[in-house]
Amino acid sequence: MAILSKDEAQALLKKVLAYSTADECTVGLDGRTTGNIRYARNSVSTAGASDTVSLSVESRFGKRSGIATCNEFDDATLRRCVQRAEEIARLAPESPEYMPLLGPQTYLNPPSAAATLLTPATRAQAAADSIALCSAKNLTAAGFLDGGARFTALRNSKGLEGYQQSTSTDFSVTVRTADGRGSGYAIADATDPSKLNFKSLTQRAADKAASSITAKAIEPGKYTVILEPAALMAGDDLSLLGGLVYSMGAREADEGRSFLTKKGGGNRKGEKLFDERVNIYSDPLSAEVPGNAFDGEGLPTKRMSWVEKGVVKNMFYSRFWAQKNNVAPTAFPSSFIMTGGTQSTAELIKSTAKGILVTRLWYIREVDPQTLLYTGLTRDGTFYIENGAIKFPIKNMRFNESPIIMLNNVEAIGRPQRLANCLVPPLKIRDFTFTSLSDAV
Amino acid sequence: MNRRDFVGLTGLGATALLLPTLPGFGAKRVDPARLLEPGADTVLKKRLADAALNAAKSAGASYADVRIGRSLNQYVFAREKQIQNIVSTESYGVGIRVLVQGCWGFASTSVVTEASLAATARLAADIAKANKLVMKEPVQLAAQQGFGEVSWKTPLVQSAFEVPVKQKADLLLAANAAAMANGANYINSALFQVNEQKYFASTDGSYIDQDVHRLWPTFNATAVDTKSGKFRSREALSAPVGMGYEYLTPSAAEQVRGPQGTDTIGYKLRYDLLADAALAGKQAKAKLTMKSVTPGKYDLVLDPGHLGLTIHESVGHPTELDRVLGYEANFAGTSFATLEWKAKNLPYGSKEVNIVADKLQPGAVGTVGYDDEGVKTKQWDIIKAGKLVDYQKIRDQAHIVGQKESDGCCYAQSWDDVQFQRMANISLKPSPAKMSVDEMVSKVDKGIYIAGAGSFSIDQQRYNFQFGGQLFFAIEKGKITEPIEDVAYQSNTQEFWGACAGSCDQSDYRLFGTFFDGKGQPTQSSSVSHGSATTRFNGVNVINTARKV
Repeated sequence: MAILSKDEAQALLKKVLAYSTADECTVGLDGRTTGNIRYARNSVSTAGASDTVSLSVESRFGKRSGIATCNEFDDATLRRCVQRAEEIARLAPESPEYMPLLGPQTYLNPPSAAATLLTPATRAQAAADSIALCSAKNLTAAGFLDGGARFTALRNSKGLEGYQQSTSTDFSVTVRTADGRGSGYAIADATDPSKLNFKSLTQRAADKAASSITAKAIEPGKYTVILEPAALMAGDDLSLLGGLVYSMGAREADEGRSFLTKKGGGNRKGEKLFDERVNIYSDPLSAEVPGNAFDGEGLPTKRMSWVEKGVVKNMFYSRFWAQKNNVAPTAFPSSFIMTGGTQSTAELIKSTAKGILVTRLWYIREVDPQTLLYTGLTRDGTFYIENGAIKFPIKNMRFNESPIIMLNNVEAIGRPQRLANCLVPPLKIRDFTFTSLSDAV
Repeated sequence: MNRRDFVGLTGLGATALLLPTLPGFGAKRVDPARLLEPGADTVLKKRLADAALNAAKSAGASYADVRIGRSLNQYVFAREKQIQNIVSTESYGVGIRVLVQGCWGFASTSVVTEASLAATARLAADIAKANKLVMKEPVQLAAQQGFGEVSWKTPLVQSAFEVPVKQKADLLLAANAAAMANGANYINSALFQVNEQKYFASTDGSYIDQDVHRLWPTFNATAVDTKSGKFRSREALSAPVGMGYEYLTPSAAEQVRGPQGTDTIGYKLRYDLLADAALAGKQAKAKLTMKSVTPGKYDLVLDPGHLGLTIHESVGHPTELDRVLGYEANFAGTSFATLEWKAKNLPYGSKEVNIVADKLQPGAVGTVGYDDEGVKTKQWDIIKAGKLVDYQKIRDQAHIVGQKESDGCCYAQSWDDVQFQRMANISLKPSPAKMSVDEMVSKVDKGIYIAGAGSFSIDQQRYNFQFGGQLFFAIEKGKITEPIEDVAYQSNTQEFWGACAGSCDQSDYRLFGTFFDGKGQPTQSSSVSHGSATTRFNGVNVINTARKV
C-alpha cells in the first residue's frame, strides 16, 4: 500500500481528523517504495527493497502541542493514535513560538513522477553492465543504484489539503585500477530512471581511473581550479554549495551567529557578497529538478531567488521568525538551481592557462561557522591543466577554503548539470587554497 | 538518520530552522508512555522467526537470519529558556537476510505476521536469485554455533525512559540557564535516549533476545559580540554512553581535572551537565577575545574527549576489513592498511601504541552481547607495540584473511536495513606506568593541550587528516600559559601515530563516543566508543583557521 493515490490518502486523513477533539489538528502521511543494489570488487554486495507508510498526528490545545504516529491503519489504531497525540499535548509546556495552523493553501503542481521504475532484475542488469565494462578492462567497479517512488499527504483542521507524488533514482560508481593507483567517479540522478545511462557514466569513471595512475605531487598552495558539479554538491554529506545555501537562515544571522550576521546587529540581506555572475534560486516547477510543492507545515513553495547577481536576495524565515520580523515566511525548497553559461567542462579546460581539474571533493567539514571555512579533500580524479589541456594526473590534496571566498573568485561558470536533485554548473575559481598533500587514491 | 538530518533535528547546527514539523522527520513519533510498553514476547517472536526461516529454506536458502526489531527513541530539545520539542519515536518491523546459491538477498516489512514474514523471506530469496547475474565469488560464511534461546541486556541502574519527561526537560533548562548565567548568549541542548529491542534468529539455531540502551546529553553554547559580529561556541564535554540515566548523576570520583592552569574537567562514567554547561558559558565568552594561534610545529597533549575522534578516523576506519577489501570504494572509501601493507610489517605507530577492539567494554555505546548475525562478542588486539596485528571482520570476510571465525562486529541500524561490518569500540590502552597529565605537560617545551572534539576530516584511504577541538591551551616550558583559538592540526596517520610519545595511566582513562558513525549505501549510522588516557604526540603541524571574508 506504499503509494496511496491523492483520493485514498485524503480519505484516510479525513477519517483520522474526524477523531480529533483538539483545538487544532494536523495529520500527515508519508510513504515510499524503494529498491537498491550495491556492488563492489566487480560483484554484487547487497541489495534490498523497502516499502513503508506512516501516519503522524499533531494535536494542539491552545499553545500546547503533541505528536504521535502509527504505521497500521485499522480504525482502532487510528483512533488510539489521535488520543495519544492529545494526551501528550495536554502534558506539554506552552510553546512561546506557537503559530496558528495554516488555512487552505494553493499549491503549484511540480512535474511529478516517472511511469516506470526499476525492478530487482533491471537493477541487477544495470550493475552487470557497469561491472562488465570494467572487468573487460581489468578495472574494478564499486557502485550503488537506488530509487523508487514516494508520496506525502497533509491535511489539517483549518481546511489545508496537500498531496504530492515523486520518483527519483540515484546512481554513482567509483572505478579503480587493479593496481590501486587510479580511481575515477561518476554520479547522476533523475526523476525518470530511463534517463540514466549507466554504461556511459561507468565509462566516464573508468576513463578517469585509467588516466590518473601516474599522479605526480605538486606543491600545495593557491591554484585556479575547475570544480566539477560533484566537487560542489553532494546528496549525502556537506558540500561547498550545499553548505552555503543551508546556512542562509535569517534567525541565526539576526541572533549574531552566522556568516550573514551584520556587524552591530541584523543580517546582510540585500548586500552583495559574491561575484555578480552568481545566481542561485529554487523553482518547484523546474522540469529538470522538480521540487516539493509544500513544506512540512503546508507552506507553499514558489520560485524564490536566494542570490541574484551576487546579492543576498532572500534568507530562510520560519513562520515564527517571519512574523516577528514582519516579513513573509519562506518554505524550504527541496532543490536549488545555480545558473550558468553554456560552456562544458572541456571548454572551461580549454580556456585555462594553468590550473587543476577537480572531479570530486570529499569529507567536507565546517572549520569555522563565522567565515564558513570548510576543509576537505579532492578524490577520484584530480588533474593538472596547462595551456588549455590536461597535462598529467596529480596527487590528491586537502583544501581549507570558504565558499564565500570561492564565489568571489569566479573566473567562469559552465553549463549546469543535475546532481542531488539540484542544478549545479562546473565553476572555474582562482586562488582556491590547498593546504597539504594526501597519499590517498 | 544521516548526518544532515541529525544536524537539522538537534537544532545544534545552523540548519535548525529548516526542520519541518510534519510529516514525520526520520523515524515515526509516538508518545512517551508508549516507550515503556513491553514489545512482543519471545514465544511469539520465535514463532514469527521460524515462519520466516522455514519460508527461506523452502525458497532455496542455505542460510537465513531474521531480525525482529523494535527501536524506541526519545529526543528532548531545548534552546535558552524553552523546550523546543519532545520527540518520541517507535519503529517496529522485521528484516530478513537469505543466502541463496552463494548470493545475499535482503527484504524487510513492517507487517509483522507469520504470512507477511514468509512472503518477505521469499522476496529476499527472489532478490538473491536476481543478483546471481552479478555474482563473481559465492559468499563463504564462517561457521557459527547456534546458541539456542539466550538474552542480553545493557547493564544499567535506571532506564532513561522511566524518568518523567518533565524531569528531563527541567534538567536541560537548568543547564541552559547555567550556561547563560556564565556568559553564553544562546544555547541548544538535547538529550538523546535510545532503546534497541532486537530479536535475532538464524538457521544456525540461535534465538537471541537483546535489550540495548544508549544515552547522550549534549549542548552547544554560543557567545556573541554584536559590535564586532564575532561569535564563538563551546560544545558539551559529555560522551554518548551505553548506560541508563545514572550517567547524569554527578560523582566526584568520576571527574578528571585537566592540567593545572586549564580549568577543564573531563568525565568518566558519570557526567555533571550543570557544571559543564556553566563552564561552557564562561569559556564560550572568553573565546571571543582569546589570542589566535601562531602556526607551526607543536607537541600536542590530547585529552581523551578529543583523541577519541582521531582514533576513530585514523585507526577505527582503516582497520575495517570491508574498507580494506574495497567494499566501500564508492562511498566511505578504502584503506592504506591493505593486506599487502600489513604483510610488510611496517610500523603503524610508535611502540607506545597499543589498540584494542572491544565489544564488551562497560559503558561503551558499541557494547552488545551478540552481533547482528548471531556471533557472541569479544575483545581482540588491533595494534600491538605499534604494529598492525588484525582487522575488524564479520562472517563472510573471515576466510579472506585465513581466519575461521567472525569478530562479532556486524550491525544494522534498524530492522529495515541490511546488517554489515561496523566498527567495534576501538581504544588506545593507557600507560601501565604511572603518569599524570600534569607530569606529562611538565615535560613539554612548546606545545598545545587540546580538549573536546571539533571539526574533523580525513581522506578516503585514511592518510591525511585535519582536526580541530573545543578548547586549546598553549604550553611553554612545561607550563600551561594561556588559552588560544583558531587551532587545527594536519597530519598523516602513520606519521602521527609514529610521533606518539606515550599516554597517561588508567586513572585518566575516559571514553569518547559517537551515535553517528556513517557507512554504507544507503548510509547507516552506528554507535561506537573510543577510550584512551591523555596522550602526547611530538612535532605535529598546527594551522591557524582564522579567515577574513
